[in-house]
Amino acid sequence: MHSESHGPLSAVSAATEKELAARLDHAQFLKNNLREYGLLISLVVIMGFFEVMTDGTLLQPLNLTNLVLQNSYIIVMALGMLLVIVAGHIDLSVGSVSGFIGAVAAVLMVEYHVHFLLAGLICLVGGGVIGAAQGYWVAYHKVPAFIVTLAGMLVFKGLALAVLQGSSVGPFPPEFQLLSTGFIPDPFGGESLRITSFILGLAMALALVISKLRGHADRTKHGMETEPRALFIIKIAAFAAMITAFSYLLSTYRGLPNVLIVMLVLIAAYDFVTIRTTVGRRIYALGGNEKAARLSGINTERLSFLTFVNMGVLAALAGLIFAARLNTATPKAGVGFELDVIAACFIGGASASGGVGRVLGAVIGAFIMGVMNNGMSIMGIGIDYQQVIKGLVLLAAVCLDVYNKKK
Amino acid sequence: MAEAILEMRGMKKSFHAVKALSDVNLSVRPGEIHAIVGENGAGKSTLMKVLSGVYPYGEYEGEIRFLGQECHFKGIADSEHLGIIIIHQELALVPLLSISENIFLGNEQARHGVIDWNASHLKTRALLDKVGLKELPGTLVTQLGVGKQQLVEIAKALSKEVKLLILDEPTASLNETDSDALMNLLLELKRQGITCILISHKLNEISRVADSITILRDGATVASLDCSAGAVGEDIVIRHMVGREMADRYPPRTPAIGETVFEVKNWKVHHETHAEREIIKGVDLHVKRGEIVGIAGLMGAGRTELAMSIFGRSYGQRISGQVFMHGKEIDTRTTRKAIDHGIAYVTEDRKGCGLVLEECIAWNTTLANLRAIAHHEVVDEAREFSAASEFRRKLNVRSQNVYERAVNLSGGNQQKVVLSKWLFSRPEVLILDEPTRGIDVGAKYEIYSIIAQLAAEGRCVLMISSEMPELLGMCDRIYVLNAGRFVAEFPAAEASQEKIMRAIVTSGANDNA
Repeated sequence: MHSESHGPLSAVSAATEKELAARLDHAQFLKNNLREYGLLISLVVIMGFFEVMTDGTLLQPLNLTNLVLQNSYIIVMALGMLLVIVAGHIDLSVGSVSGFIGAVAAVLMVEYHVHFLLAGLICLVGGGVIGAAQGYWVAYHKVPAFIVTLAGMLVFKGLALAVLQGSSVGPFPPEFQLLSTGFIPDPFGGESLRITSFILGLAMALALVISKLRGHADRTKHGMETEPRALFIIKIAAFAAMITAFSYLLSTYRGLPNVLIVMLVLIAAYDFVTIRTTVGRRIYALGGNEKAARLSGINTERLSFLTFVNMGVLAALAGLIFAARLNTATPKAGVGFELDVIAACFIGGASASGGVGRVLGAVIGAFIMGVMNNGMSIMGIGIDYQQVIKGLVLLAAVCLDVYNKKK
Repeated sequence: MAEAILEMRGMKKSFHAVKALSDVNLSVRPGEIHAIVGENGAGKSTLMKVLSGVYPYGEYEGEIRFLGQECHFKGIADSEHLGIIIIHQELALVPLLSISENIFLGNEQARHGVIDWNASHLKTRALLDKVGLKELPGTLVTQLGVGKQQLVEIAKALSKEVKLLILDEPTASLNETDSDALMNLLLELKRQGITCILISHKLNEISRVADSITILRDGATVASLDCSAGAVGEDIVIRHMVGREMADRYPPRTPAIGETVFEVKNWKVHHETHAEREIIKGVDLHVKRGEIVGIAGLMGAGRTELAMSIFGRSYGQRISGQVFMHGKEIDTRTTRKAIDHGIAYVTEDRKGCGLVLEECIAWNTTLANLRAIAHHEVVDEAREFSAASEFRRKLNVRSQNVYERAVNLSGGNQQKVVLSKWLFSRPEVLILDEPTRGIDVGAKYEIYSIIAQLAAEGRCVLMISSEMPELLGMCDRIYVLNAGRFVAEFPAAEASQEKIMRAIVTSGANDNA
């Protein structure tokens, strides 16, 4: 075990080590990364299951479009929630905050006739301020996030009622509704196939493939790649095929929804920030071991604070999307959203103790929940048993995680 | 010679492809203190887990005979039933329960589910007397120091009519006084007829109390020594442990000491939660270029508090004093500022404060200096990989690659990753807090070599350690800290363990003004 000559900082005596000489074989790699692949496979299996059970209704273009629209606000919030959970906290207030912001938007636009862009901006800033108000107590006073945001949940639920004075407010200006109900314009006027949308979908698939290939080539060049080439190729081919098929199906209906574009941009941005930037690194370090992070020169308090500010802004955006979709702000908007959002993160592999979780995991987790909601509704399963099944799936997913970890 | 109380023959145990035990034989005579030594990863803990039933019968090969009976333990309950009690390195007490509640946890003195508190307290008092702990049975465990908690664990074991007591590195986190007291207690228990297995890295303790020594290396018994004929030399034990001659436990170095680089003046720190208690009472220190300066002192003297308060005020409140670098006062109010001024602090608690265990070596290596591998805040993975790989190679971290998670590394290798992190931040001053705690002899030598090399490169090293031989072996100058004050300062040539101890003892250790 021990070599005789140590001299650890002296010139390298041994020949350049083959860093990955003991490269894992495919099976081993799959096993080690079961979570990542498993999640995607579960989504595909669940979609397949409901596709069969609903006699092909699930993947009909109309339904697929609805699926995107129904889940957009959950996914938007899941992005922020993932950061909060990775940082080692939780935010129970997001449902109430999104409802409250939707109410504020309605009052501004409908009752005070504020321009929709200005109103939207005010709402996003407002969301940020709400996040800051809660994050301040969590980050700087070490009040458990569970308690602070539980309080926030009550406060903003109440404020939403107060702002709306107990009734629904609507409708919104048509330009604002486009956020949720609009589709990207199609100057080519394809009736059976929205060409712009399809081309955009293809472009996205291509961009993904190119960037992934580049990354792979780069890592291989530096001897850092751990993913076997065959698996890698299968993975990106599957991704590209799915995106292409998905955008094709959507294009045969009304094209890509505006909100999908918003979502994709956000997903890409958050994925990049968490995986590639120093800020992302620091958030994982903060959640993984706060003391170690602080002693490594990371301003852990400010970082925690910022994850809540970010969460507030995204909750506000989700509130706007939801309000635009319903075309009214109702006092019941946002009720229970936090549960779907948090469930999405945990199904997606985030750890309740912080430090673990991926943006794409949370997105897939949200889709798993969404597909189940949608599929069960089509099948005519009542809301009662839908909840039971969703609860059990959440439990199963987390149990599987715990089991995997133990092994 | 009496028949062995415990016989383990041909023990084999593997985890997947990794052989943890390949061929271990252990024979313990009744009433003796039997030491088991070996480097980290030699298989000591695995062996004890097999013995106590954590790995049930069927998961290992080999034969266990206890009191002449062949044993097939299915779980800890089975082994405890026979009187085999293990006290783990990480204590298993519930902090917010009282001493007596902890002692009788799972074994409550109760009738029909109703606890008889009087009986519990009386029995607890008797047990505490036995282990020499002067505390009330109702005291919460969280209010006790580590040394006293250890005694509570032993009292708990005694409450179960222990026949074979196993202690896994009981003194790893104890200071010398407490360690001493614990060793005396073991000798006392031996007089009462309790057989004891002691796992330890501290050879001085072992040579003091052990009757026999079994040495493990790479999952096999390499030697069984009998000490009854006379003390076994430490060198022999070490040679068996590492499987090679270790002529010198410390690397040779020729100090090249330059001008004063780092200076702290009149440093005062108050307790983190009790603002009125002064923990550091006006300390002045300096470190020169290329110098290794030690800080000796008992646990509780304020060594870690001193270091952490200097490093970004990570400990304490109402901190006052000045820090100078090259004669210029610097601002060290946050860890970031301290790091930017070239200070690094290697924590004594590498799992709790040093590493993000779930993350890989590469991430941990670059954590304190992400700027160096990032371009516009975007991490350049290739640069990170090459930086982390370079340190992995230089510091001889044993792992498959830099993407291995820190949690899977042994203690010594984890410590090397922590050192990598701080070396990557390119510090001028390194504060090393117990740099070799819980690390086996071979890895210790490597850490010492790294430290020596750092000094040779002209960096300043401030080294805190509870192991005096280590300070004497490595340092050019030693400060002695006691109750928040430096009570002595010795050049290495003049220092000795006795002098240091005398400085501590004569300064009045309980000066808590």
